[in-house]
Amino acid sequence: MFVARLSHPADFEGWRSFARRFAQGSVAPSAIDWPVGDSDSGLFGEDVVAGGEDRALSVPRAFIALAQEVICHSDATRFDLLYRLLWRLQEERELLQIASDHDVHRAEALARSVRRDMHKMTAFVRFREVDDGQGGEAFVAWFEPEHHILEKVAAFFVERFTTMRWTILTPRGTLLWDGRELRLGEAATRAQAPTSDAMEEWWRTYYASIFNPARLKPKAMKAEMPVKYWRNLPEAELISPLIADAARRTQEMIMSAPTSPQKRWAAAPEPAAADLSAIESWEEAASAARSCRRCDLWCDATQTVFGEGPRSAPVVFVGEQPGDQEDLAGKPFIGPAGKVFDRAMADAGLDRTQAYVTNAVKHFKFQLRGKRRIHEKPNAGEVKACRFWLDLELGFVKPQLVVALGATALKALTGHAGSLTAARGRELALPDGTPLLATVHPSYLLRLPDEDAKEAETRRFIADLKQVGSLVPTLRLPKAA
Amino acid sequence: MTQLTTLQKLEILSDAAKYDASCASSGTTKRDSVGGKGIGSTTSSGICHSYAPDGRCISLLKVLLTNFCSYDCVFCINRSSSNVQRARFSVEEVVALTLNFYKRNYIEGLFLSSGIIRSPDYTMGELVRVAEALRLDHDFRGYIHLKLIPSASQDLIDRAALFADRVSINVELPSETSLKRFAPEKQPLDIRSAMGGLKLKIDESVAERERSKRAPVFSPAGQSTQMIVGADEASDATILQHSAHLYGAYGLRRVYYSAFSPIPDSSKQLPLSEPPLMREHRLYQADWLTRFYGFEVDEILDAAPGGMLDLAVDPKLAWALRHRGRFPVDVNRADRELLLRIPGLGTRSVDRILAMRRFRSLRLEDVGRLVRSLRVLRQFIVTADWRPGAALDGERLKALLAPKPQQLALL
Repeated sequence: MFVARLSHPADFEGWRSFARRFAQGSVAPSAIDWPVGDSDSGLFGEDVVAGGEDRALSVPRAFIALAQEVICHSDATRFDLLYRLLWRLQEERELLQIASDHDVHRAEALARSVRRDMHKMTAFVRFREVDDGQGGEAFVAWFEPEHHILEKVAAFFVERFTTMRWTILTPRGTLLWDGRELRLGEAATRAQAPTSDAMEEWWRTYYASIFNPARLKPKAMKAEMPVKYWRNLPEAELISPLIADAARRTQEMIMSAPTSPQKRWAAAPEPAAADLSAIESWEEAASAARSCRRCDLWCDATQTVFGEGPRSAPVVFVGEQPGDQEDLAGKPFIGPAGKVFDRAMADAGLDRTQAYVTNAVKHFKFQLRGKRRIHEKPNAGEVKACRFWLDLELGFVKPQLVVALGATALKALTGHAGSLTAARGRELALPDGTPLLATVHPSYLLRLPDEDAKEAETRRFIADLKQVGSLVPTLRLPKAA
Repeated sequence: MTQLTTLQKLEILSDAAKYDASCASSGTTKRDSVGGKGIGSTTSSGICHSYAPDGRCISLLKVLLTNFCSYDCVFCINRSSSNVQRARFSVEEVVALTLNFYKRNYIEGLFLSSGIIRSPDYTMGELVRVAEALRLDHDFRGYIHLKLIPSASQDLIDRAALFADRVSINVELPSETSLKRFAPEKQPLDIRSAMGGLKLKIDESVAERERSKRAPVFSPAGQSTQMIVGADEASDATILQHSAHLYGAYGLRRVYYSAFSPIPDSSKQLPLSEPPLMREHRLYQADWLTRFYGFEVDEILDAAPGGMLDLAVDPKLAWALRHRGRFPVDVNRADRELLLRIPGLGTRSVDRILAMRRFRSLRLEDVGRLVRSLRVLRQFIVTADWRPGAALDGERLKALLAPKPQQLALL
């Protein structure tokens, strides 16, 4: 029998150094005893064998991480289990992937229990303020961890309460932080800890008030906050009385008749619906459009995206409908296609800020696929319903020229489905005589897969915009001096 | 009226806040107080510092700044027509409470909401002042969740998201009609556009931080919302469709479902009964299936009568029982997508099965070690040494697998 004496219960470095030598010396797991500290267990350490050829050792990185957790467990067989895993890993390289293997399964269960204990410690430590003798704040807590986790969990408290001075007393040792340095101290007893804190009355008040008696689920509470922790939690004394009274409080709420509002309370009047026939300005139109229900697209869209630009703009550009970004922001032409449009306008020498931009349909139409909203073409009914707003916009802006971007806009403006190809480049007119030009929608340029085609089509689009500039020179950017 | 003490205010204003289900403190940027002037840190999965006997986690100091409210949402204890006692914290009181609780390790941070006083902008401004004081005056690095006030200006919302780890705005009810009926002053349009604006801002900040680590973080734990279940007649189908829409359109981290719970001073318009807790539980399970298990809402409810989830069995088992033809599934061969559909297998177990079967063929005993229970699972799988017996028809299998009614009541 070999004896590997570790210096403390979670002595990973000690274990590692013994384990390395044993494994290199091919000492079988069953031949090692792993006592901790100077307790008398077994014989005094026989020297580790030098005999046998040295084996090259290697373990996956995941094993080190697992072992560092398992070693903190209070189970007496943990060192043995870890050595057996190390031993087996030399032959069974993929052992850690076999989650159902007895040793792997056991090690993972121990590691899980250690992680849980650490987590519960970060949750359930309760500091109490003490007088530090110099008029400053200092805090002391008493906690009873299940495993040897103090060193491993210390960083959490240091990083969270860096600027405080605190001590955590436990039966397994003490953590002391003076604001600069962490020290590990001797095991402590509950008697050393303070017995109260003025804030605990506040905390209990909060605990009692945040509880909803109509939703009593003590089992769920106990699963996450096991009874063994209760004796160190100042709020736990309320649990029994709160549970005992819950049914009565709930019944009381259910049985008591609904009350009438106090006299001084008067219900606010319902806001009157906008009268669409009386819209007299662009501002009124934009405001009324916000609650438009002329078709069903409002149901799923975020908001109405009304047109934008100077009310005296010489040219109105009409697109199809807002896209994802426009829908979220409530502004037209700000998404990817809008950016293409902005660039093309600049390339054509036009002043984007002087143009009024809007869409044939003012709500985003889409299909939800997983977590993405995929653009869907508006149908004729939706276009027709939304024509109402487009007419108002054109009526208030009174542009010298209207530009239809894409087939949907063209159809919305002219009322009939014509080929965009046929209409493009020709000088058309709206029924009221306003000149109309048609070109592609900028998103068409984004969809072209072929780079050459994209470049050619972009040039064509810019050429169309230049034509806008020659028809309405006031839209041109001032020439650089 | 006598002056309330801060302790009395705490009692009133935490009681008033308890109907908001969210208490999460997870998913934000990793921070600590090393090198700072104050205290506070965050962890990736959050910490629940206590649990109330309602089984809910207590992670944050969840309070209202005030329960005075000019709105009259009938489901709300704080509605203007309620006779509940009113109180209002000062900014300093909330800041001091948060820090005092935090120093004693009671909480992860603050979840601050408010009744609407004077105007949405005024109220939002007050909430922002609290967060600002904590962050700037006290260098507080713990978690802050701010409730956004519907119809507050975008500027204030942006500012809130600059100080907060998470912001949320409650849609309250699954349909616009119900919202109109029960919360007449809340503007669904404003709620939607606030969510939309936030999503853009959050996306923008994520993109900017990819370019520069110094760019400001904007609500790093995203946004969430809450829907009240059982106050109106909306079906589970309506609720889940609405959630799917919210996840898709606004990238919400979470939609919380809150079973409508009787309140002390109740309105005549609402059901006076026990909260539908099992229904709420089933909705969470269904929500989970859509987010982590590849289910579409339509599938979960494909044959559900009246668009309602089965209360007797969980929605995954219910789906499997309706699609007996797809089972049993061979755990040694099926792809991940299919494994995730097996009742009794969670994402973690599926990952372990996939890792393990590269090296050996799984027996029933192996699977048994990876999961909590084989009772239901074994009816739906094939392993190297196991195949379920002659297929039972759906109804009899359901009777066999459904938990006993007493157990149900305990949940």
